[in-house]
Amino acid sequence: MSPDNGSAPWDLFGYFADHRADVLDLLWAHTWLSVLPVVIGLLVAFPIGWLARRYRWAYPPVVSVSGLLYTIPSLALFVVMPTLLGTQILDPVNVVVALTIYTVALLVRVVADGLAAVPEDAVQAATAMGFTRLQRLRTVELPLAIPVIAAGLRVAMVANVSLVAIAATIGIPQLGQLFITGFQLSVTGPYYPPIVLGIALSVALALLLDRLIVLGARLLTPWQRVSAAR
Amino acid sequence: MNDMLLWLNDPQNWTGTRVTPGIVEQASAHLAYTAIALSIAAVIAFPLGLVLGHTGRASWLVSVANGLRALPTVGLLILLYVMVSPLISGRGNAVYLVPTEIALVLLALPAILANTYAGVRNVSPAVRDAARGMGMTGPQVLFRVELPNALPLVFSGLRSAALQVIATATIAAYVGLGGLGRYVYDGLASRDFGQMAGGAVLVAALALLVDLALSLLQRATVSRGVSGRFSRRSTRDSRSAAVTVVRPQPPRGGPDGGRSTRQATTPAAALTPSGDHPSG
Repeated sequence: MSPDNGSAPWDLFGYFADHRADVLDLLWAHTWLSVLPVVIGLLVAFPIGWLARRYRWAYPPVVSVSGLLYTIPSLALFVVMPTLLGTQILDPVNVVVALTIYTVALLVRVVADGLAAVPEDAVQAATAMGFTRLQRLRTVELPLAIPVIAAGLRVAMVANVSLVAIAATIGIPQLGQLFITGFQLSVTGPYYPPIVLGIALSVALALLLDRLIVLGARLLTPWQRVSAAR
Repeated sequence: MNDMLLWLNDPQNWTGTRVTPGIVEQASAHLAYTAIALSIAAVIAFPLGLVLGHTGRASWLVSVANGLRALPTVGLLILLYVMVSPLISGRGNAVYLVPTEIALVLLALPAILANTYAGVRNVSPAVRDAARGMGMTGPQVLFRVELPNALPLVFSGLRSAALQVIATATIAAYVGLGGLGRYVYDGLASRDFGQMAGGAVLVAALALLVDLALSLLQRATVSRGVSGRFSRRSTRDSRSAAVTVVRPQPPRGGPDGGRSTRQATTPAAALTPSGDHPSG
């Protein structure tokens, strides 16, 4: 039992009030550590996914390799990164690179499948109208693939928010740090506030980022709303 | 890198000494934790998923299970440890093992439940109607038609649950459990990075091996009529027999190792002339 404040789970608000600045720092670190890999991951995965769609022979190996990468437990990847990159063990770059690898592994397949799901007649119509391949990709195939790609992004985003917290166990600070704090303060008896606060903030962050992707996808695909309203 | 190879090459690290367990022992402990959690989760989630999928009732339960996936695994693990461990008296591993296993079961449940449910739900209504029309009773439809057709998705759920559990059991070493995660955290504490990276590589190898074993089991149990995997010679005749279509699932991922985006290889894909679909 902590002498100055309660140790019950609902005391998370009191804990937040007492450690406001620290917790907000952790929240911010958590946010960029989970968002940045998704952004980089999408940029890397798009050309690979496109290639896997464009050249049929590339699809099976791309899918197997990404499946294999996804099998590696995240803690293992965080820990091996310094050996591969030559970084320090506490460098947040390790987390960003490791999570980017997961995101790419997830999205490559999503991008390829999303492009494959574009209706053939739309592509043919664009070709017949004299679009170059690049124009067609940018103005026809990419927009039509957005719903599928957005679904993949949501999965990657929510997964990342949860995975980032694991890095706290090897000492990289973000919301996971709150779990560690709670764990360390629980030696004499359960001290819930930081743990519950960490879980609540982490879930809230995941839901918020998920909503943002849904909103973004909706803004980018106005025709879907029109057809839904009809 | 060199430190890691040195550590992995030291025979004493594999066999262990009088005071410290070796890699072989820790790896089997890791496997045992995983097997316990997976079995308990499967015993709960598999029948539940079958029944819910068959009747189409209480689909909100599946949504709740999916919601569980947004929870951070470390947070859940530490919360349960802090909650449960004071209730457990006794010596040895039980103080760490019981809370950890509860967390692992909670993490494995959603993947198995959601995929079993989706597998049964996604069986083509035409196939289900045909089975009924042939006079099959409800349980017969479930076990002879829906279950075999759902197996690819059931297995993808089981595999993603297994990966999730292996990954989280590694983190459980942080609260004091044994297993291969011990090397990662002990190495970190003693700044022995060879041990740390070596442990990480072993965890990854274990995950790959378990996934491989489950994929072999999947190959052996999923009917060829469902997986669309035929020997080259009989291909032409058998293809026409593959009438069931397992629809690809929208990507749905677990927080860790959640590769439930792996889709069932569909007979529809086998029916396409090129047949260059991923063989899994």
